[in-house]
Amino acid sequence: MAGGTLLLAWWLIAAASGPDAYETVNAFLSSWFGRLVLFGFTWSLFYHLCNGIRHLFWDAGRGFELPTMRMSGMLAIVMSVVLTLLTWAIAYGMGG
Amino acid sequence: MSMRTPLKNVRGLGSAKEGTSHWWYQRVTALALIPLFIIALAYVISLVGADYAQVRYVLSLPFTSLILLLLIGATFYHLRLGLQVVIEDYFHTEGVKMGLQLFNTFFCTIVGLASALAVLKLAFGG
Repeated sequence: MAGGTLLLAWWLIAAASGPDAYETVNAFLSSWFGRLVLFGFTWSLFYHLCNGIRHLFWDAGRGFELPTMRMSGMLAIVMSVVLTLLTWAIAYGMGG
Repeated sequence: MSMRTPLKNVRGLGSAKEGTSHWWYQRVTALALIPLFIIALAYVISLVGADYAQVRYVLSLPFTSLILLLLIGATFYHLRLGLQVVIEDYFHTEGVKMGLQLFNTFFCTIVGLASALAVLKLAFGG
């Protein structure tokens, strides 16, 4: 997650610096390695989001029964995969 | 028999003198980040394949700046709190732990502020 925030910071700072710096970031992110890193970051973000929502329910005192916990754990994994693939499908659909 | 005074109980600040504020702010930022992340992701997807001028234009819109500044503030605060817990849980040498905690604070402050500055520069067209 910390590494991913560095990507965001790098992209914003490059965009603010000028076309050349932006082109460098863009070239990296468009390369196969950049796409792999971005894909991994997307997946970890979505998993963090889904499991985080699971934790917020626990904080509210809900969903502590073992079967529910097992089900919500699986749901977080499945949803993170689905949302990641959906995001990338839309991004490629946009002409990425 | 409890050795705590009634005043200590009612304050509930514990040994770190912070009470539940770390736990609470982690949840507050988590909740804030759910909509902020979704909006920011929509921006990123909308900018796929865009050229530099288009990116500059979208990043100069006031609503974009607002969302990005909120996102950056919540993200780096949440990140600092989260990494702090990871360091507390997995490093047991006092010096190493202290050094990593300082690095965590400096890292999140510097990268967060640098990102916010970039957003402001894009907003005001410097």
